[in-house]
Amino acid sequence: MATAAVAVDPKVFKPEVPPDWCPGCGDFGVLNGMFQACAALGLEPAQVLVVSGIGCSSNLPGFFRSYGVHSLHGRALPFATGAKLANTSMTVIATGGDGDGYGIGLNHFIQAMRRNIDVTYIVMNNEIYGLTTGQVSPTSETGMKTKTTPLGNLEGMLNPLALAMASGCGFVARGFSGQPKHLTELYKQGIEHKGFALIDVFSPCVTFNKVNTYPWFRERVYKVEETDHDPTDFHAAMDRALEWDERIPIGLVYRNPDPRPSIDSLDTALQGEALVRQGYTIAPETRRDLIHEFM
Amino acid sequence: MALCSRRPEGAARVLLRAIAREKVNMSQPELIVGVGGAAGDGVASAGNTLVLSLARQGIAAYSYNSYQSVIRGGHSWLRLRFSADKPLGVGDQVDAVIALNQDTLDRHMQELQPGGLVLYNGARLSPSYDPPPGVQLCALPVPELCPASKRLPVMQNTVAVGALMQLMGLDISGLESVLQSTFAKKPAVVQSNIEAAQAGYDYAAANFTPPATQLEATDQKWAQASGNHLFAMGAALAGCKFYVAYPMSPATHILEWFATHAERLNICVRQVEDEISVINMAIGAGHMGVRSMCATSGGGFALMTEAIGMAGIIETPVVAINVMRAGPSTGVPTKTEQADLNQAFGASQGDFQRVIIAPLSMTDCFNTPHEAFNVAERYQIPVIILSDLLMSEGSETVDPALLDVEFPIDRGEVVTAPNGSDEPYLRYKNTPSGISPRALPGTPDHLYVSGTDEHDEDGVLISDVYTDPVRRKKMVDKRVRKFETVTRYLPAPELDGPADADVTLLGWGSTWGTLVEAAEHLRQAGISTNHLQIKFLVPLHVEEISAILGRSRRTIIVENNQSGQFARHLRAETGIVADGHIRKYDGEPFEPKHIVAGVKDVLAGAEVVDVLSSESGWRTDHPTGTSGPWQGLRVGEESKTFA
Ligand SMILES: Cc1ncc(C[n+]2csc(CCOP(=O)(O)OP(=O)(O)O)c2C)c(N)n1
Ligand code: SF4
Ligand SMILES: [Mg+2]
Repeated sequence: MATAAVAVDPKVFKPEVPPDWCPGCGDFGVLNGMFQACAALGLEPAQVLVVSGIGCSSNLPGFFRSYGVHSLHGRALPFATGAKLANTSMTVIATGGDGDGYGIGLNHFIQAMRRNIDVTYIVMNNEIYGLTTGQVSPTSETGMKTKTTPLGNLEGMLNPLALAMASGCGFVARGFSGQPKHLTELYKQGIEHKGFALIDVFSPCVTFNKVNTYPWFRERVYKVEETDHDPTDFHAAMDRALEWDERIPIGLVYRNPDPRPSIDSLDTALQGEALVRQGYTIAPETRRDLIHEFM
Repeated sequence: MALCSRRPEGAARVLLRAIAREKVNMSQPELIVGVGGAAGDGVASAGNTLVLSLARQGIAAYSYNSYQSVIRGGHSWLRLRFSADKPLGVGDQVDAVIALNQDTLDRHMQELQPGGLVLYNGARLSPSYDPPPGVQLCALPVPELCPASKRLPVMQNTVAVGALMQLMGLDISGLESVLQSTFAKKPAVVQSNIEAAQAGYDYAAANFTPPATQLEATDQKWAQASGNHLFAMGAALAGCKFYVAYPMSPATHILEWFATHAERLNICVRQVEDEISVINMAIGAGHMGVRSMCATSGGGFALMTEAIGMAGIIETPVVAINVMRAGPSTGVPTKTEQADLNQAFGASQGDFQRVIIAPLSMTDCFNTPHEAFNVAERYQIPVIILSDLLMSEGSETVDPALLDVEFPIDRGEVVTAPNGSDEPYLRYKNTPSGISPRALPGTPDHLYVSGTDEHDEDGVLISDVYTDPVRRKKMVDKRVRKFETVTRYLPAPELDGPADADVTLLGWGSTWGTLVEAAEHLRQAGISTNHLQIKFLVPLHVEEISAILGRSRRTIIVENNQSGQFARHLRAETGIVADGHIRKYDGEPFEPKHIVAGVKDVLAGAEVVDVLSSESGWRTDHPTGTSGPWQGLRVGEESKTFA
């Protein structure tokens, strides 16, 4: 990760294209936090790659001035993983929605954490499918009425934080787009974390989710940083991750005090120059050795 | 703007290194050996020892293994064809059988023709029926020749291989040197194996009659490799730095070669959760600027298809190999077929540009990744390579000089440094060629977002606007325009044989060698025949192919599938309707005799000839090796050959 010591103006990450989200959409706060965090870390726009899937939230790379990819629904993490492995000198951030990451892309999410690729994953969790105009999501609460669950959601709700911890993720956090400063801090820590970092963000869909609204979250969320929570205590962190009632925690829930090395730091091919800068040619002697293996 | 490798379009073709097409010669004597046993009997290692031993004595080989999807037991039947002139296929008829178990002896003895021979351990096996007339039973008293075999039954294989060297007319030096290198770390094992081989060699000299055909050592050096290993090595030498896959037969050996060589060659090699992840990672890596490849079989390729379209619209180079096996669905995982052509044409929604290449031989598998990478990078498109189980898992000897090459690398227009210009960079610039210079992420001053939504030249989405027909059409046209020059970049197929022949054999991909040989047999049978083999399926060289087939008296398309997927493609692209079709979808590859018989059927009026592999004496309803004792067939019993 190319982190310059000096913070830059957040405006360098702001493109001319304004976001086309609905006024009041939680994703604005998510995006603003990214401007702030990347600027505070002194990142160079050309050294950042933001990769998303498909969804309202996944439109984010188009509203962030860096290199970006708006890939396929559910495939942001594999794309980001390939990109990071190919060029380890870039800061790679994956973004998307709850449907994108916890629905269609769930397998990749679990495997990326198990693999521990050095990617920061920001999920704009609005507990609904926004872009497709309001269908049930894996994080929709049981009983929730949506266009596709008119009688109420019969299924259980996926808990991304607990799942992340069980999958070996070394940095598990939750933010709320209504708490931008707090969110920015989480991003900064997540990007600096060497390895996979999950930041699940409550990002209300003001158009299609009439249950999990700003006031709904404001009433419930509390910051773990303001309690005596020790994020390095796995069991305590799991208790927080499972908390979902009158009070819902946000903040850095879990950080592995002894994190596993990330896959990009272990792969033998990635020990020197970034793959993309390594030469193409194989020495004639090596080539002849390869041929000799067939003789 | 910093541009690499900008070249005038017209010169494009020189960038592909036309592989020194191997000389096709079929005049030297040949012997075809079948080695059979159950999985775990050492069929593959006995075959490998044989091939390497002969290769070290300058004799070329082609091998193909028919096996079952079982780890232990079942039946495995490895056919090896040897000649000083490189064989192009397994051929038609087995001359000698090494039977490692009773099942093999019972199944395959009856296939032998007069002059043929069967080698087996006489202490363990004996024929269940009389051999066909003129077939020599070569029972080896293995326990006497090799006392160690009582402890280590696989030693019988070395005795048999030694005996066969004698019967082929070769000295034992090649075999000794192979045993030495195989067991280099265990001198005692080397010694006992050499003794076993020598005992078999001497016993055969004293007790058996050599076949009429004898092989002669030459000075030619040969390497031996499977199509999959040649794909992998060819890709590595063409600059592949990222290989990702999920295991699936018959493509897995590519992953294993890469994994074994990753550290030495500094290639990032990953096995990941599924083929969806595979292709998206490969495209992610390709997007950053490394040469990136993946391989799978039809089922895995089906999972990749959405992302193939992504590579099309975001214009990212990537190479995906589909090693076809008999489908649909799980199909017959260990059997060969050429039936994924439709899938490759239709992989992903929408109109976009892709190249589809089907290498013609195992040796061509070595050459194809460099062509695929060059065309993928130059045109910023996905490239699909279609191989099949026959070519990928079969192996052949290759002149090592053909592998000792430096491939030319054409990266197309790549931008890696700031250009100092004030003009804003347009990733998808609407250029006359349709090719937009590609800045690699990380390059200062060239920021852009690549979107799978339709986008304008600067990458900004136009999919969410009310409507924008002008820009939408402009961008589709830009991508389509890239293809105006691609047929010139790829070498056109050439006709082999006299232009005015009565019959034109038309095939694609792996059937090349069998068709070359069949054409020769047909000529010998007095049917004047020429042959056209297609490697570049998309884009098809419509002009050149139409010109050639326009002069053809009778075009017969040969393909290893049921429905004639290539025939339909040819008709769609050129309007040409073939006069006859020879097809096979029974899991086994074509042999020259199938083509010869099929052509005769077409000449007699048949339009579509479906071929069924059926050795002389085989019953068409024979049980498989796992389903109880082999019933055996009696020689002379009527066999159904061509339906
Ligand atoms: C393969 C595939 N299936 C379905 C879709 C349709 N689709 C687009 S976005 C989306 C869900 C979006 O939900 P989420 O990821 O939560 O994003 P949000 O819009 O809520 O931010 C779906 C189902 C698609 N684009 N691709
Ligand atoms: S539909 Fe919901 S998620 Fe999508 S932009 Fe509007 S508020 Fe945001
Ligand atoms: Mg959502």
